Amino acid sequence: MNFRRWMILAGVALFSSAGDTVLSAGMKQVGEISLANLFSVFHAVTNPYVLLGIVLLLGFFSCYLTALSWADLTYVLPATSMGYCLVAVFGKIFLHEQVTPLRWLGVFFIAAGVGFVAQSPHNTTHEHTTDEALPADEVRS
Amino acid sequence: MKAVYTWAFILAIIVFGSAGDVLQAYSMKRVGDLGELRKRHGFFAMLARIFQTPTFFIGIGAMALGFFSLLLALSWADVSLVAPASASLTFMANAFAARVFLKEKVDVRRWIAAACVAAGVALMAI
Repeated sequence: MNFRRWMILAGVALFSSAGDTVLSAGMKQVGEISLANLFSVFHAVTNPYVLLGIVLLLGFFSCYLTALSWADLTYVLPATSMGYCLVAVFGKIFLHEQVTPLRWLGVFFIAAGVGFVAQSPHNTTHEHTTDEALPADEVRS
Repeated sequence: MKAVYTWAFILAIIVFGSAGDVLQAYSMKRVGDLGELRKRHGFFAMLARIFQTPTFFIGIGAMALGFFSLLLALSWADVSLVAPASASLTFMANAFAARVFLKEKVDVRRWIAAACVAAGVALMAI
């Protein structure tokens, strides 16, 4: 694991938590969407917070796919679950949400899980190499 | 009867969510290290390689089905039941599926990590 890879794992956690928080703020501005009028969800996309949330979640998906290209699923999921803790912290700071002691206990459990997985190797399958994955005549674009 | 529908949809969220994650992980392992691919062959060659992988799209389809199952489950039951139950059980299901389908070596440490995160997510969503 080099610095770039740690940054990608951090990116998964940061983009997902920031994306969820910004989307949540945006949807609170948009208001409730009834099941009878599901198409009004498209109107929500015009809200700048919702739009920013979508961009951040696209960043999350890019980092997530990149991480899965060199690490096990059972490594990436727990390692990036710190995002749940960040959502609690962001929610408290930026959205002034109430974080109960039970939720802080949840943060503790997640942090413990991240601690456990961080000590294990990131890839146990060694299934691929980059050179095998791409045809040799592929040109650099 | 309502409880049966609720748990059926929670099961659907877990199955489709895990299938989506496992298929994405499988696809990315087939594609190779995206950072290295981009460095050696360029961004568009990397994207082309991803889009040539059928399991990538099947994975996205499974994730979409998981999302719609979540919406349906939420129309039957409270979010305080659906969110913690589906999120925490999906963590455990992923560990099991990764061991069976992706042949990952899920040792005791990873089971403990998955269980801790599952418990933490459940506590946070209550």
